[in-house]
Amino acid sequence: MTSVPDSQSDGSGGFRPSMLLNDTRYRGLTFQFVALVLIIFLVGWLGMNLVSNLAAAGLNISYDFLDEPAGYDINQALIDYSSRSTHLRAALVGVINTLLVAVLGCITATIIGVTAGVLRLSKNWLVARLMSVYVEAFRNVPVLIWILAIGTVVTVSGANPREFLTRGGAVEPNSELILGAFALTNRGFYAPSVLLGPGWIAVLAALVGGIVGALLWRRHVRQTLFKHGKLLPGWPAWAILVLPALVVQLVLTPVSLSMPDVASNNFNIQGGTLIGKPLIALWLALSVYTGAFIAENVRAGILSVSRGQTEAAAALGLRPRRIMNLVVLPQALRVIIPPLISQYLNLTKNSSLAIAVGYADITATLGGITLNQTGRAIESVLLLMLFYLVISLSISAVMNVYNASVALKER
Amino acid sequence: MHRSTFYGVLAATALTAGAAGAATVDDVKERGKLNCGVSTGLTGFSAPNASGDWEGFDVAVCRAVAAAVLGDPNAVEFVPTTGKTRFTSLSSGEIDMLARNTTWTFSRDNDLKFEFAGVNYYDGQGFMVPTGLGVTSAKDLDGATVCVQTGTTTELNLADFFRKNNISYEPVPIETNAEALQQYTAGACDAYTTDASGLAANRATLENPSEHVILPEIISKEPLGPLVRHGDNEWGDIVRWTLNALIAAEEYGVTSANVADMASAPGDSPEINRMLGTEGNLGEMIGLDADWAANAIAAGGNYGELFAKNIGEDTPIGLSRGLNAQWTEGGLLYSPPFR
Ligand SMILES: N[C@@H](CCC(=O)N[C@@H](CS)C(=O)NCC(=O)O)C(=O)O
Repeated sequence: MTSVPDSQSDGSGGFRPSMLLNDTRYRGLTFQFVALVLIIFLVGWLGMNLVSNLAAAGLNISYDFLDEPAGYDINQALIDYSSRSTHLRAALVGVINTLLVAVLGCITATIIGVTAGVLRLSKNWLVARLMSVYVEAFRNVPVLIWILAIGTVVTVSGANPREFLTRGGAVEPNSELILGAFALTNRGFYAPSVLLGPGWIAVLAALVGGIVGALLWRRHVRQTLFKHGKLLPGWPAWAILVLPALVVQLVLTPVSLSMPDVASNNFNIQGGTLIGKPLIALWLALSVYTGAFIAENVRAGILSVSRGQTEAAAALGLRPRRIMNLVVLPQALRVIIPPLISQYLNLTKNSSLAIAVGYADITATLGGITLNQTGRAIESVLLLMLFYLVISLSISAVMNVYNASVALKER
Repeated sequence: MHRSTFYGVLAATALTAGAAGAATVDDVKERGKLNCGVSTGLTGFSAPNASGDWEGFDVAVCRAVAAAVLGDPNAVEFVPTTGKTRFTSLSSGEIDMLARNTTWTFSRDNDLKFEFAGVNYYDGQGFMVPTGLGVTSAKDLDGATVCVQTGTTTELNLADFFRKNNISYEPVPIETNAEALQQYTAGACDAYTTDASGLAANRATLENPSEHVILPEIISKEPLGPLVRHGDNEWGDIVRWTLNALIAAEEYGVTSANVADMASAPGDSPEINRMLGTEGNLGEMIGLDADWAANAIAAGGNYGELFAKNIGEDTPIGLSRGLNAQWTEGGLLYSPPFR
């Protein structure tokens, strides 16, 4: 630097304080420094105000409330929970519910998004237009509206569970369970639950073995294809996957299904697995909403792969589906993955709208009922922010690792 | 949703330098308007009427306080609050007082740092179910799906009741009364639980009230009353004694019809004279004009008139006085003396 003569200064290359403002080399730094000091003061002032106002109101910051009984019930708890459990436990129930809907949502949103994105480029005019309509309709309406709309549709279209009830055989039900196992009601979807009897480990082991076997078969198929140019059929992989577990199950029958029970209660179907209306509404809404964004990412990704690739693949005689799966999508992934990460983050954060349909996520338990009943607003909100931060950073980290694995490898 | 709570709480606490402790009454006088927190809509207690004016039993308390402090029952800015937002609104200083079917409890008084000015309705929690269910007792609700407003004492009592009786239920947490009612009528829940007065008010607004019954069990004590922030005793006293004036006025036969007359010159009851400011200087003692109580009573009438007009037996809501009768009639209403 010093070897470059400075035309703005007097030529001696020395530093004068006025250069902090006049010299473009230093001006940027000066302003950044001033801004930093201002921000520190602002944050400090807000913080001091907060502390002094809390003190003036006789309030303090304390997390002791997490140890006290929550006192309220939660309609979907995947771990043991009762109203005598602690607020911490209630928060944990909320965390699990948030993760559940986020994971389910990300999976279905990806499936929907990839399908819609690929189909939007379809040569079939009707299909392509339908997908455009889907993408535009869902991207341009706030997700809260979709959550409420889907919740309302389930409430209005589903039958009251009472329609299915026999009240211990006393009355003739108006509706029958589908196959004696499923029912769509205005409170959710009832399905059989899976009971794990003694020996279920054997089924699990057989299943894992099946998966490994299926993967090995696929590798074998690939290798013979590459070595001998012969394409073996793919279906044995499926057979290897399911047969061992099926045989173990048929011989030992450790795993059984428990059907929803329509006889024992006067209000609701009991037993079985209930996928509640709140979960359905939230899950579907988040999936179709985020799916629309993912569809656009996928479309952009596919368009980023040069047409020459498709034409070359076609010239080699590959069928369109294979061109998409083997040539276009793997390359498109490099473009698709980074925005996909932010869609997953969005979906997870949007799940905090859960209370709109009464879904007990972390925002509804810790940030809703607990916050309200204890009045510990600042503590609860800080915890909430910490939780979302950790989740978002974890998703980013995982996806970045995946991104690195599909990124262009330079050799 | 957590974002709005966050800003509401943090920003309000951080930005309003020294809000707590300042004299609310001076703020109100300077503003010329009372900011009063009410519900988002519960017929009979606080709801806007067809022309958009707020009406109801809780609204009347706001108007009485505005009349006592500012001399104008219409100098009120009504702020709708949900069960969730009401306490944040009050503690952040967004509202000067809250009159929203709010139960006086130990932790709200001591932990949340509020000051209850008294009780304007002695209530208890009940259940409403469609008649068609054939349910006659809350104990028959085993396995039922129950709609409940979150952020309320209601949801805690509900958990306790079912636990105590060793029966199960499925809660559907909902933010506002209107939404809860909609879910209930759509059959998304079998029963709706809230304060019995609220159930009566809601039942009256349903399309066919006779198709719904309120079950006999009252599962809790819900003394509902207006509240203010802890720490500003002068303001707390103003709200407390305005409410007492309404109650005492009924006891002494001061009504909206005769209050102007009685306040124009001292009569033969010294207690009424002191209350209406024709004798002594009670108004001065709480920093208000001498005719503060007369204004409060003139705003909408005494307690009995307000009750009859908004929620009484001749309204569609049809609540009887019950516990809310004067102590002289076997009820619990009892204003300390104006002396
Ligand atoms: N008294 C209970 C419940 C109060 C409550 O939420 N009441 C309902 C119905 S009685 C209400 O006022 N709802 C009006 C609204 O949703 O804004 C409490 O203070 O927690």
